[in-house]
Amino acid sequence: MSNDILNALVIISNYILVPGLAYGSQLALGALGITLVYAVLRFSNFAHGDSMAFGAMFTILGTTWLQSKGISLGPLPTALLALPLGIIAAILLCLIMDKLVYQHYRQQKSTPVMFVIASVGVMFITNGLVRFIIGPGDRAFSDGQRFIIKAREFKRMYGLSEGLSIKMTQGLTFVIAIIAMALLFWFLQRTKTGKSMRAYSDNEDLALLSGINPQRVVFITWVIVGTLIAIAGVLYGLDKSFKPFTYFQLLLPMFAAAIVGGIGNPVGAVLGGFIIAFSEIAVTYAYRKFLIYLLPEQYEPDGLMQLLSTDYKFAVSFMILVAVLIWRPTGLLRGKSI
Amino acid sequence: MTLLKAEAMIAGYGKTRILNECSIAVDRGEIAVIVGPNGAGKSTAMKAIFGMLPLESGSISLDDKNIEKLSPQDRVAQGMAFVPQTSNVFVSLSVEENLEMGGFIREDDINNTRDQIYSLFPILYEKRKQAAGELSGGQRQQVAVGRALMTEPTLLMLDEPTAGVSPLVMDELFDRIIEVRNTGIAVLMVEQNAKQALEIADTGYVLVSGENRFTDTGEALLADTEVRKTFLGG
Amino acid sequence: MGANLKTVLTFAIMAAMLAAVGVLQSWSLALAITNMCLVSAVMALGVNIQWGYAGLFNVGIMGFTALGGVAAVLVSVSPVAGAWQAGGVGILFSLVLALATIAAMVFVHNKLPKSRGRSWLLFLMIIVGLIIIRWQYAPSVLAIEKFQPAQTGFLGGLGLPIMFSWFVGGVFAAGAAWLIGKIALGLRSDYLAIATLGISEIIIAVIKNEDWLTRGVKNVSGLPRPVPYEVDLQSSPWFHDLVEKLGGSSLPSDALARQSALQQMVIESSSLFVKLCYTGLFVVVLCLLLWLAHRAQKAPWGRMMRGIRDNEDAANAMGKNVTKRHLQVFVLGSAVVGIAGAMMTTLDGQFTPGSYQPLRYTFLVWVMVIVGGSGNNLGSVLGAFIIWFFWVEAEPLGQWFIGFVTSGMAADNALRLHLIDSAAHMRLIFMGVILLSVLRFSPHGLLPEQIRR
Repeated sequence: MSNDILNALVIISNYILVPGLAYGSQLALGALGITLVYAVLRFSNFAHGDSMAFGAMFTILGTTWLQSKGISLGPLPTALLALPLGIIAAILLCLIMDKLVYQHYRQQKSTPVMFVIASVGVMFITNGLVRFIIGPGDRAFSDGQRFIIKAREFKRMYGLSEGLSIKMTQGLTFVIAIIAMALLFWFLQRTKTGKSMRAYSDNEDLALLSGINPQRVVFITWVIVGTLIAIAGVLYGLDKSFKPFTYFQLLLPMFAAAIVGGIGNPVGAVLGGFIIAFSEIAVTYAYRKFLIYLLPEQYEPDGLMQLLSTDYKFAVSFMILVAVLIWRPTGLLRGKSI
Repeated sequence: MTLLKAEAMIAGYGKTRILNECSIAVDRGEIAVIVGPNGAGKSTAMKAIFGMLPLESGSISLDDKNIEKLSPQDRVAQGMAFVPQTSNVFVSLSVEENLEMGGFIREDDINNTRDQIYSLFPILYEKRKQAAGELSGGQRQQVAVGRALMTEPTLLMLDEPTAGVSPLVMDELFDRIIEVRNTGIAVLMVEQNAKQALEIADTGYVLVSGENRFTDTGEALLADTEVRKTFLGG
Repeated sequence: MGANLKTVLTFAIMAAMLAAVGVLQSWSLALAITNMCLVSAVMALGVNIQWGYAGLFNVGIMGFTALGGVAAVLVSVSPVAGAWQAGGVGILFSLVLALATIAAMVFVHNKLPKSRGRSWLLFLMIIVGLIIIRWQYAPSVLAIEKFQPAQTGFLGGLGLPIMFSWFVGGVFAAGAAWLIGKIALGLRSDYLAIATLGISEIIIAVIKNEDWLTRGVKNVSGLPRPVPYEVDLQSSPWFHDLVEKLGGSSLPSDALARQSALQQMVIESSSLFVKLCYTGLFVVVLCLLLWLAHRAQKAPWGRMMRGIRDNEDAANAMGKNVTKRHLQVFVLGSAVVGIAGAMMTTLDGQFTPGSYQPLRYTFLVWVMVIVGGSGNNLGSVLGAFIIWFFWVEAEPLGQWFIGFVTSGMAADNALRLHLIDSAAHMRLIFMGVILLSVLRFSPHGLLPEQIRR
């Protein structure tokens, strides 16, 4: 009996907890970028998903090159070595697009919706570049060791019938995301430049009065956002696989994460990312096996015991988004909105 | 010893002229107050002096240096500090961070200045870790003044610092402003509560339709029957 | 007068470009482009009603278009009796259950005071409702989808003439728009954008996965047409006579040769004739909608909408119910997009959920509206023509361009091959550049809104 409970826990960890932590980290990194652009530049960036694909693409190109030279990181994916290339590419993309596109509307003091339309133009270009350079198809670029913990070994070690497996990419995603977030929060809370970013986001006029240079704030913001974009894009691509279109589709869960947490609020973005990820996985998971372990035999379910089919995972983020828009438009952690 | 000298300022929005040859001067270590009826151009005069509104003609000098061509940011570097009437603190930043941002342009150590401000406004020290947005109206105004003082200005400009606070808080704020003045900083402020403001003013300016109507010490203006009758409600 | 001349001139240039395609490539292609231009024009008109009249940013166009396609299927396809027998009752019953759940939730929401307990109760009701509905729904769906899966596997439609679906598509889209507008209007403009993006992704997900409804990604093909079929035309004597009358002079005089040439001409003309029929139908719809939109814009209602768009705060202060007006215009615009969606599926003769891509169906329409001129109905029609034209023609142009650039390279050069392979994706970059350039240098578009005071 107690083994049944353990087995049920392992199932939940294996199919909900571990994937949720990995996916949540990816969404959180993406939502952080969206929320920072919103907080400082005051618009919803529709090019965010495609920029992630752009950063991931350069990392893939770098990975392929490194692999052709026979360079690898042993058990870790080679992509980590090529990540700096992706980061630089994403930062450059952001800065160039800011210079060519967004700067003009900032000077004109245009309405947020003009920025959004401009970001649609940037999205077209970025998307086109990605498809043009690397093609629209699937690209798996993860190498090195596949698992940190293998299900079979886990079963043998603990004598359970269910095994826990943790993929290398899942572990890496979580660790790198935590490091990136810790660095970001340290920067925002502890450094003078980070504080000036927060001040600018809080009250632009007063920031100007205090002698904070808006151009510098915008520059730093894009550098940070570009870094987050590339990291999120690469981690997602490593964990799932790289396909340009899926990055566009990440927009909805990422926006939902940012809004649910309170748009403009970085802590909220992280919280929102994990909320969306866990809800998505928990609602679309089939609980049949889990219940078989826990329920007495006569109540064993015969259906899949799945609330929603996985094809509707978008619906989950959307439902949460709608609920938040109706009941708490400022988000769980009061972002700067309306 | 005149610190700020703004002479014959003419300015307005578009075709509407608000300031008609208005002149304001502030000496070191004194409080100057601009009072007047609604629409007299009090706040406009402040904006013009701080450079948020371009002058059509007139001159402004600080410490004998012409500053009318400088941007507000550059005027801050010259020793001016401005506390807007509203949205004058970073609500999501802690009190301490507000002060730190006030001293953003300073390259040297700002800890001394910050400690001075804490001793001037003890409540800010108590609440230094709290977000400014969570403070009461009067405390917020102290944060706003404190933030402005972080650049160690020679002239502190306050746009209606007591708007929307209770009379009790107003008295306390005025006490604080006197203390600021006593550290040698010149203070220029616009006030709706003319009577109370003139009581602490070394110099008072009564503006009407963008022109100087009366200029005298605060005491003298309070004693002037015409000023009393017309502007102070008897 | 200057503006009118410009309108006439730009449309004349557009017509000339289409004619050039007819002469240089083929008339069949020119007509095919024209028909899609007309459908796009209706879409752009719908978006312009939302954006140009009221400043609403809707990025769910793809979803509303697809709803029009669903309408086309549900209206025109004959009902599948076997599938109805297998699971029709179950589906209807689960629909009733869903409505009952919603009604119960509304009841609880209205009767109980706002509290944490109520929120939890509502949440619990969603979960329990979902479980009950699934218990009824899942077996019915299985039964329906099992019925002749290769040919049908869905409930089918009403078997009515497909033209009805243009109206029904509008109603479907309007319903979805009402729902999403209720939630997201009145909040920040970006929130409407994100909410519409979400609803369109969900609509597509539902259509792709609910096979019992429209066969999902298995597609529904062979939808009935509102216009004649080519084979019928080819066997009709009147069509032969018509072709002979119109093109007889260019036929050879030799009787035998003349007969086979005529046969060839009839075959070609029949396909052109069908396309022309669609063109005619679409022009009628577009003109009707344009006329209505024009009337609305000139009426006090349109003036009020513009007033709200240009100064929302003032309109609010004057006691106008801005959110309600926005909901009106949002529903109307989406309905027009739904009509266009049904027209497009009618034209295609098939419904292929897998082909709905946001770049093509949502964002391209936005490029049309911005390029054409926000707020000007004729402008968005022109924008639709120009952008669709280039979207189609960008491929040969891109191929030609890449071929030209790489002509110096060896024929088997890897880079050259890659570039030639990828030339099709250039049009995305091209569209982005067009959008950004117009937005930056000519923000009012080719035919700017004409402000009448």
